[in-house]
Amino acid sequence: MKILVAIKQVPDTATQVKVGADGKAIDTAGITWIVSPYDEYAVEEALRIKEKRGQGEVVAVSLGPDRVKEAIRSCLAMGCDRAIHLNDPAWNDADTLTTAKALAAVIKQEAPQLVLCGRQAIDDDMGAVTAQLAELLGWPCAYWIMEETVDADGKSVRAARQAEGGLEVFDLPLPAILAAQKGLNEPRYPTLKGIMGAKKKEIKDVKAGDLGLGAEPPQLAVIGLEALPPRPPGRVIQGDVPAAVKELVRALREDAKAI
Amino acid sequence: MPNAFWCFVEDDRQGMPKKVMAEVLGEAARLAGGQPEAVWITDKASDAGLTQLGEWGAGKVWVLENAAFAPYRSEVWVGAAAELAAKESPRAIFGPVTSRQREFVARLAARLGVGLAADCVGFALEGDRLVATRPIYAGKLLAKVAWAKGPCVATLRPNVFRPADAQPGRTAAVERPAVSIPGATMTFVERREEAATGLPELAEAEIVLSGGRGMKAPENYVILEDMARVIGAAVGASRAAVDAGWRPHRFQIGQTGRTISPKLYMGFGVSGAIQHLAGMRTSKIIVAVNKDPEAPIFKIADYGIVADLFEVVPELTREFKRLLEK
Repeated sequence: MKILVAIKQVPDTATQVKVGADGKAIDTAGITWIVSPYDEYAVEEALRIKEKRGQGEVVAVSLGPDRVKEAIRSCLAMGCDRAIHLNDPAWNDADTLTTAKALAAVIKQEAPQLVLCGRQAIDDDMGAVTAQLAELLGWPCAYWIMEETVDADGKSVRAARQAEGGLEVFDLPLPAILAAQKGLNEPRYPTLKGIMGAKKKEIKDVKAGDLGLGAEPPQLAVIGLEALPPRPPGRVIQGDVPAAVKELVRALREDAKAI
Repeated sequence: MPNAFWCFVEDDRQGMPKKVMAEVLGEAARLAGGQPEAVWITDKASDAGLTQLGEWGAGKVWVLENAAFAPYRSEVWVGAAAELAAKESPRAIFGPVTSRQREFVARLAARLGVGLAADCVGFALEGDRLVATRPIYAGKLLAKVAWAKGPCVATLRPNVFRPADAQPGRTAAVERPAVSIPGATMTFVERREEAATGLPELAEAEIVLSGGRGMKAPENYVILEDMARVIGAAVGASRAAVDAGWRPHRFQIGQTGRTISPKLYMGFGVSGAIQHLAGMRTSKIIVAVNKDPEAPIFKIADYGIVADLFEVVPELTREFKRLLEK
């Protein structure tokens, strides 16, 4: 069974981000990059499916500039067999739909039985590419997956999605696409052997033209970034616990009108 | 009506719209300068639910009612919604951020070939152009985004927008358009209900109590639940507490959990790591209780108490009880 995992490289949560010179993107100088955490759940799950079945191939795909190779190598070090890097300036301003179109074109070429994505990338938090891929491919889709099992003959997958108030379980005929939620698994750390082996694995560079795609303007454009307005200065309430608690409740009631 | 603002209804799966719809309809009415329209895809639309949508200001409710719409599947909903959208040409399509609308609205945008702005916290009309504001990079920055063409598809973060005031007696025109319903390839197996806490849902609650590593053990969350029952709050947890196995993941607040924006957030033994702040920094009032005066959460808190939470929580519960009994 061939499984494709779409991953995204994002700034580490702890990294400081600053608005760049054009006011529309961040200044990338000095940023530490990571694989988006939800995507690691997707990679881990794909590897587990392959290991359980004792055969198959896991292909990692990522869209972005040259620096994205590093994130791709991490996924190869975890155990993905090979990778495809969608690397073309035509995608510089890609919105979710442009990204989904590029990924859909790759998926049509690769024809995997299952596609796994993370629930959302933690940079723009849009959480849309999985659903948009499903639409472009005409595939069934399940979001926020907490567990999944591919049936023995590889014809369908049973997936439990997180919904308000419970888990909803569905059978999806393959090919299908799933968005991984935290709790699906515990991603492995690459071993030294994995890291060394990753250097020899194939990363295929793909341009928009290779997929028959041209440069098209995004449907959603960022027109400006701004820093968060600062919160008004807070106050630490002094005094012993009973007095401080009384004052807090008074302030919440009378000043903040929050209770 | 062409150029209408559409609001896709999130319901409780029992025939009633959730109260977050008052916020979505309220914001849509403000932007439309008139009455928005609700679109309700459901297996059962109750009369009480239709009345509620009218009272919240919907001028019209498009009801797409069919057993095939439950349980929710994007492959079924999107075809029906897109068919109606093609006929009616709305200017904007809004929905609240919920597990299913996050997926549905994104898929609908792809079907319509238009942009999607998810988890928005503000909208403005710049001339004729709709501009949305949304937090990015763990809430460290705000992005202003605009659509190349309509309909402008967006999801709205709960508890951020001013809800429409319910006006008793205000009613919506109800239309039940004929749409073709796509066949489903996914088949429903079962729904596993979570143990009911009797407390509000985290994403929608107006008050949220959050317990971090300082809670020390899973059984200690009882003291937060006691307080939550007194003031009608939801109880959440930090990643540290969830990763320690003290609370299930669905209670996690933060970057790899739920994003919340309550009127009042109170953190107990929560240090305030960036990834936690990402999920709660748009809360209106933030209270922090922590033994460590250097805890980063005090930097964004409106009110702080530097003390042992195990002393503060029971005292605070008593004080809230006294206040609310008055």
